[in-house]
Amino acid sequence: MSYLDQTLHLFPETVLAVAGTLIMVLSPTVKNARWLGRIALFALVLALFGSHVSYHHGEYMGSAFDGLVTNDAFAILFRQLFIIVAALAVLSSFDYLKREGIETGEYYALILFSVVGQGLMACSTDLVMIFIGLEISSISTYILTGYRRHDARGIEAALKYFLLGSFATGFLLYGIALVYGATGSTNLAAIRAAIPQANGPLVAMGAALMFVGMAFKVSGAPFQVWTPDVYQGAPTPVTAFMSAAPKAAAFAMFLRVFLTGLTPAAGYFWLLWGCAVLSMFVGNLGALMQSNIKRMLAYSSIAHAGYVLAAFTTRSAMGGAAAIFYLAVYSVTNVGAFLVVAHLAGKDESTVAISDYRGLGKRHPVLAACFTIFLLSLLGVPLTGGFFGKFYIVTSAVAAGLPGLAIITMINSAIGAYYYLRVVVTMYMEDAESPAATPAVPASGTLVLIFTVIGVFALGVFPTMVLEWASQAADILK
Amino acid sequence: MAHEYIPIFIFLAVAGAFPIVTLIAAKLVRPESPFKEKLLPYECGIDPVSDARGRYTVRFYIVAILFVLFDVETVFLFPWAVRFRQLGMFGLAEMVVFLALLIVGYIWVWKKGALEWI
Repeated sequence: MSYLDQTLHLFPETVLAVAGTLIMVLSPTVKNARWLGRIALFALVLALFGSHVSYHHGEYMGSAFDGLVTNDAFAILFRQLFIIVAALAVLSSFDYLKREGIETGEYYALILFSVVGQGLMACSTDLVMIFIGLEISSISTYILTGYRRHDARGIEAALKYFLLGSFATGFLLYGIALVYGATGSTNLAAIRAAIPQANGPLVAMGAALMFVGMAFKVSGAPFQVWTPDVYQGAPTPVTAFMSAAPKAAAFAMFLRVFLTGLTPAAGYFWLLWGCAVLSMFVGNLGALMQSNIKRMLAYSSIAHAGYVLAAFTTRSAMGGAAAIFYLAVYSVTNVGAFLVVAHLAGKDESTVAISDYRGLGKRHPVLAACFTIFLLSLLGVPLTGGFFGKFYIVTSAVAAGLPGLAIITMINSAIGAYYYLRVVVTMYMEDAESPAATPAVPASGTLVLIFTVIGVFALGVFPTMVLEWASQAADILK
Repeated sequence: MAHEYIPIFIFLAVAGAFPIVTLIAAKLVRPESPFKEKLLPYECGIDPVSDARGRYTVRFYIVAILFVLFDVETVFLFPWAVRFRQLGMFGLAEMVVFLALLIVGYIWVWKKGALEWI
């Protein structure tokens, strides 16, 4: 296979990297940064189209670059998810950045670079390549977190995220080093083949260290402490982006590494179980006590990481499919919810308390209705995607012989009802004393709202389409 | 397996003992007569006026980061230049791509005004 052919395996990443570089070079000269945002959007659409073609064309599927990356259904599904999330984030950033006075081209370039890293995380089959993808994605996200650089909370969030994130990456790297030391390879297939003859304690220690690094990236308890502060301090469209794309990417690498590479190292079942249960409880109980909507959604995202980890704990292809489906639903829903928050945040994010949502049902019925739909989907009400997401997780847990885990998941779902519905009650049944101005939703925001609402219902009414694809993707996890 | 590491442990022990032994031996042997000028950072030169750990402009960091970036570039150029004939056209193309990426970064830095000392 020629060099160019191999590069076409990474078509989406190539397109996005080139477009990101172009945006960087243009940004000092182009005065209207929105044009650069449009270039970013165009590149994202092109990358999405390219990965779609390569999936149905079949010629550029399979492994390339001496087994460093592979183009399979798993990689393509995740990649398309990241691209869609990034496109929605770019669209919802236009007016937010203008309002905050931070509209520069580098913002869009960083989002593109971040997606490049995430794409590599999803398609790599080599630990070193996965690590490089993770770093590309993480470093872009650290910078994006601190993009409101005149805001003390934004800087605090960026610094915390950077320091803790680098530390967690260190754990991951130590784990990779130990696994390499024990098995003599960084390739996942070779590691899998070598584990039965390898030094058991060394592999277990490496797997445990890698688990710490990855649990940090998906904000699973007890490594979740950074999440609320970072989600609160980051610009809201960035929060929308990083609560979906980097998290899904981290899960992609988590699933691929642990369920294809380290499968024979069986000792980590209770690690997963404990992390899943703890994340659910910490997330849901933490969210009960929040008065800030961004912090509440941050805690809820910890809980959702717990649900996905619960599906992961089953270590079956069915559980893998449930996890992938849940991530798709969660990403679409969360981006929609954060877009509403970003739109209502006001200058300098001054109105992000839950009490600021009083009377929204009267002030802006459409926005309130959309927000209600997103919250109900996060809660898991039938007809929305969240319902089937939770349904498949519980089913896979029962099928894997883990009824305890299924019951804990359902209990946590019930706890979640309290804080999600509290926001709905605040919007419709309470009146604001001095209502803040509710700006009209711009065209780009409307587009995102329409897409996410349709997505939530489509996944809730016709889940089989995506689920079949997810099952096909999860085939690699056997 | 474990005995392969014995030389490393001996090396560690020697490395750890070396500074301790030297310092103690020097302390025992040397004559000691400290005075103010001798204890200053620069014995002959301007007297220090304040602590070295003060605050200074953040631009130094930008310059330092840029320096490291383009310094590392040279680190990659050097082995490539040594093996230029063996690497052939493929090596040349790779290096052009690598340098092009760095030049793009250079253009960005320049246009952003990071090279100007205001």
